[in-house]
Amino acid sequence: MNVLTKVPGTLAIQDRWRGMSRLTREIIKAVGIAAGIAFLVYLPFLQVLPFAQIRTDLSSRGASWDAVLFQIVIYMIVAVGLNVVIGLAGLLDLGYIGFYAVGAYSVAIFGSPSSPVTEWAVQKFGFAEGWAVPFVACVPIAIAFALLAGVMLGAPTLRLRGDYLAIVTMGFGEIIRIVLRNVGEVSNGPQGIVEIPSPPGPKVINDYGVEVDLFNRLDHHYWYWLALAVLIVLIILVRRLENSRVGRAWLAIREDEDAAAIMGVPALKYKLWAFAIGAMLGATAGMLFASHQTAITPNDFQLNLSFLFVAMVVIGGSGNMVGAMLGAFLITYLPERFRDFQEWRPFAFGLALVLVMIFRPQGLVPSRRRAAEFRDRKIEAEEAATDA
Amino acid sequence: MLEQLGLLVVPLVAWDNLFSDLPGHTVDGLTRGAIYALVALGYTLVYGVMRLINFAHSEVFMVGTWAVLGIYTVIGAAEGDALWFVIVATLVALIGAMLASAGTALAVERIAYRPLRKKNAPPLIFLITAIGCSLVLLEIFGQVLHAFFGEPFGRKTISIPSLVQTEQLIGPRGSLLTTDAVTITNLQLIIFLGAVGMMLALDMFVNRSRLGRGVRAVAQDPDTAALMGVNQDRVFMLVFILGGAMAGVAALLYTMQFDITKFNIGFLIGIKAFTAAVLGGIGNLRGALLGGLLLGIVEVYSSTLFDSSWADVTAFILLILVLMIRPTGILGESLGKARA
Repeated sequence: MNVLTKVPGTLAIQDRWRGMSRLTREIIKAVGIAAGIAFLVYLPFLQVLPFAQIRTDLSSRGASWDAVLFQIVIYMIVAVGLNVVIGLAGLLDLGYIGFYAVGAYSVAIFGSPSSPVTEWAVQKFGFAEGWAVPFVACVPIAIAFALLAGVMLGAPTLRLRGDYLAIVTMGFGEIIRIVLRNVGEVSNGPQGIVEIPSPPGPKVINDYGVEVDLFNRLDHHYWYWLALAVLIVLIILVRRLENSRVGRAWLAIREDEDAAAIMGVPALKYKLWAFAIGAMLGATAGMLFASHQTAITPNDFQLNLSFLFVAMVVIGGSGNMVGAMLGAFLITYLPERFRDFQEWRPFAFGLALVLVMIFRPQGLVPSRRRAAEFRDRKIEAEEAATDA
Repeated sequence: MLEQLGLLVVPLVAWDNLFSDLPGHTVDGLTRGAIYALVALGYTLVYGVMRLINFAHSEVFMVGTWAVLGIYTVIGAAEGDALWFVIVATLVALIGAMLASAGTALAVERIAYRPLRKKNAPPLIFLITAIGCSLVLLEIFGQVLHAFFGEPFGRKTISIPSLVQTEQLIGPRGSLLTTDAVTITNLQLIIFLGAVGMMLALDMFVNRSRLGRGVRAVAQDPDTAALMGVNQDRVFMLVFILGGAMAGVAALLYTMQFDITKFNIGFLIGIKAFTAAVLGGIGNLRGALLGGLLLGIVEVYSSTLFDSSWADVTAFILLILVLMIRPTGILGESLGKARA
């Protein structure tokens, strides 16, 4: 069945691929991945004309290309994280922005010398004026808080199914934002927090011949490379998880939780893991975002962003990391590239969302398993229609 | 840091505030909750029958408020009109809002959801489509119509003439009924009675009429219902029309109280109404009423106890607590059987 439906040309390529020795295939794969990464690293400097059209800073209203690249990679990290929760474990999380906010605010609250908490610590313990937790130490703090948030949200609510979970997670995302807005004594309220620290790095000479920090406010491509490196590490980690016992447990739970439980998969435990890992990835993205922004307010973490994140994963093809990242890329990049049509972007986005879902519900690049499932469902539906 | 924890321990003054006017706060909460409940009916009907969170329902409500504005503008209604004219204008606006909202809901069903049903797509796909539809409807009023017709469409808040002037019906001085216990305005009474009346009518319709029996049958078991001769597609359409009409009523009542509309006015109400529906047990009509009223009361109480900026947090925490104890809401699902 599967072979018959293939176009002859693709069959030949696949046959040739299968015919190669394992070593050759591994080498070709490695070279391909290396070339891909090299291209991604080179992207900020892309000036060769026909290709440079993809830059976002060609028109006067355009945003800095390097900064856009950074934002794309940040959302790709988010998509990879949310894909663990939605795509692999099948838990509909509409409050992912909450974890992103936890990561961002952890760095802000502990790392900024002007946040209420560090100021309180300076007074209480007599640290030097302007003391704050260094960025490197903020990272484990943020991760720990994200884990805590993931477990705190997950433990009471993961017994709920499907849609109930969706509304509860949505509420959680809102609660985090409102608490950040209201508890001014910790988060500085609606004004937000400024002076968020940057990752440490050596001094570099910039284009104007001035010695500056590696991660400064003008050279966004260093940030982009940092985010890219983080993304690649996370992809490798998640890929390993996917192909492990944990990943198989997630798939089993996604397909049929009761059946998985009967087969001896401790569903609650693995769902909690999915939540916690998703939370950590979301917080990592939030951390980088806050550090790059240097200033954040609770309004940066509106509920709409949660929907946007879910849309990224589903449009790209939930369950497939590459698909989720493609979704993140499209949803972040296209609006930036077409900034000249700013007012029309949300409308176009909504329309595109509906059209993609109607004509390609499995997503643009679905995982193989997912695509097969959709085919089955469609055939099932057609059979049911002809029967009736 | 410690003062912060102190915030959760409610000061005695706040309790005094609450109890000094408990009936008044309750009336406020019931009025607010009645509107939530009406909108919640749309979520609960669609969910009960199709197992779908229709996120576009908040925009169905929004379209209703614009319909009210449109009708007032066309018939030239303004503040201070004669009583008979106010009554006629309100009734026309009621019908117009119901039609507009029901039409929008129906259009969403036909254009977006039906093709997905034909493909038997999983729930997540419906959800994303619903979000997409919601965004399209938002932007139609916020951008597309603005580009073609200019004001009043666009992203600004637009005021709607308040035809019914607020008067104290029951209260301390100069009211119809004089009492010190509670103050009730005519608007509050209209909103509460209107909403509850519509809900009773809907409940009767679903439980007593032939069409309603079809709705319940599909909710319980779509396949068996089809075998018994119920036309599923027609039931789905009916459900969207009913939910839309209720949202239209809610839109009129809302504009009566708040006198405004905006392209994204539905967002917050939609989320609250959905919370109310889940609280009461999504898929259960009486649950929507109970959940809506409870949510309204809790919001008003917590605004008094803490601060209005904490109202949403209390609402969601209440939801989480209820779901922890009763995972299918207070009344559970009864439009169909409770399916996990």
